[in-house]
Amino acid sequence: MHVDVFDQFHFSESRVHSLDPRVKVVITVAFILSNAILPDGSWLALALAWLFLLLGNDLSNLGLGFTLKRSLIALPFALVAVSAIFSPLGEPLADWDLGFMILVPTDAGLIRFASIMLRSWLSVQIAILLVATTQFPDLIHALEHLRLPRTLTTIIAFLFRYLFVLTNEVHRIQRARKSRSARLPNVRGGGNLGWRIKTTGSMVGQLFTRSYERSDRIYQAMISRGYTGHIRTLNPHQVKSQDWLVLGISAGMLILIQLVGWIL
Amino acid sequence: MLYAPTNLHIPDGFLTIIVSLIFWLITIVMVGLAVSKTNKSLGEKQVPLMGVMAAFIFAAQMLNFPIAGGTSGHFLGGALAAIVLGPWAGILVMTAVVGVQGLLFQDGGLLVMGANIFNMGILTAVIGFGLYRLVVHQKRGVRLVVAGGGAWIATMAAALAASLQLWLSGTTRLEIVLPAMLGVHALIGVGEGLITVAALAYIEQTRPDLLNAEKTTREGGRGWIVGSVLVTLAAVLISPLASGSPDGLERVAENLGFLGSGQDAPYQILPDYTIPFLGETAVSTILAGVVGAVILMGLLILVGRNLRRRTEV
Repeated sequence: MHVDVFDQFHFSESRVHSLDPRVKVVITVAFILSNAILPDGSWLALALAWLFLLLGNDLSNLGLGFTLKRSLIALPFALVAVSAIFSPLGEPLADWDLGFMILVPTDAGLIRFASIMLRSWLSVQIAILLVATTQFPDLIHALEHLRLPRTLTTIIAFLFRYLFVLTNEVHRIQRARKSRSARLPNVRGGGNLGWRIKTTGSMVGQLFTRSYERSDRIYQAMISRGYTGHIRTLNPHQVKSQDWLVLGISAGMLILIQLVGWIL
Repeated sequence: MLYAPTNLHIPDGFLTIIVSLIFWLITIVMVGLAVSKTNKSLGEKQVPLMGVMAAFIFAAQMLNFPIAGGTSGHFLGGALAAIVLGPWAGILVMTAVVGVQGLLFQDGGLLVMGANIFNMGILTAVIGFGLYRLVVHQKRGVRLVVAGGGAWIATMAAALAASLQLWLSGTTRLEIVLPAMLGVHALIGVGEGLITVAALAYIEQTRPDLLNAEKTTREGGRGWIVGSVLVTLAAVLISPLASGSPDGLERVAENLGFLGSGQDAPYQILPDYTIPFLGETAVSTILAGVVGAVILMGLLILVGRNLRRRTEV
């Protein structure tokens, strides 16, 4: 496994890729914020926001449908919002008798549900675009510039750096369990649920002690290579005039989206 | 699949801006406290340690165990992290885990991340550590049972908090979502508690220096006991009230002026969705038409450009 196996970065030479990470983070958060404060049922504004997103996809050279493919990740959570359809605040549309309860979908409820789903769908996509066009170490560095506490960004950097190492460790532990868990065909292997949980718990404990001891060695190694409590990067991280321009244009578009959402 | 999303991570769009901001505020205060406490009490060495421990929690979540019928449970880790590393370090570690899950894997949103960190990092650390701290001088068996029970309560409290946040945002009906959430997490929490117990037992056997009463009391004072008992009591009081008679809770929220704010936007800038000086609907209809035309044109241009690019390649 390679160190960046978990990075969602997709390499390309594009205008979005070469933007300053800080600018990308700010635009992403502003876009999600803008979606969140749009009133329910402002379809035109949401369509404009979608256009903004497609423009981002297009400029990133990853293809118009790039973020669409991964955007279904939040779908299972839609289940939670389904009950919004039966909000008592609107005009009832129908009467569904399920035997044990009667469900009454209302117009306001339907609008609320659709608005939540669209907002969530758009917001997930811009976050996907952010991590697809920014290498994760650059993203961490950007967060540091944006005044996130150094302690926290360093923890996140280490988390990212050692995630694949420990994932390899997990695979080793799982391989060890598998190689000791032979069973005959059609015969139920292993013990009962309690026994399985105990095994998993021991695996977690084993992983913990291995990680703990490893972090000790890592720290010694880093000290001997001149670590001073700060992770460095070779990327310059300078906000150029082009970045300001993109920031300005994006701000203008988001304000337009808000105006459309609140007036029309 | 390297990484399987869990069902407590709220995505963006599901919480209103007010609820998101309130929980960001609480989270920022708690994480800020955690940063300053750990900076003071721990050496520079502890920061890489916490990073690797965060990676550990992340990786441990990949270890799942078969339950029945093809489903499997897996581990969340907030209580374990707080018990082994201390409450403040536990909060920081879980903040990093939830943060990376949201930022890198879109498992949980960005604007709602404050709420997610609060549910899965802060609540679990307070309950998990505080209850363990209460019995830290007791016999091994008592400690392990309380640690497991604490992990179960922490999971339930996280589910309860998520349900309440969704309800305050007007995203769900409490009487539907609460029994579902608590029911599912009552099961998940059992797995969580048992694994926490087994992992603690293993760590105590192999590395007793990492887990002893003296170290635990040094890492968190009596305040954590009070905090955990209060939070647990609140959770125990709210859940039956909320699932039994949601009307009661609704009335409380209404009196506090919460529910109204959840459903109609209190940040209404333009009354009745029209600009006063633009007057009647004719103008806004024309404007809507223009915006619609612009959207359509933009779409056509983008799709056209993409098709052309694809044929060129």
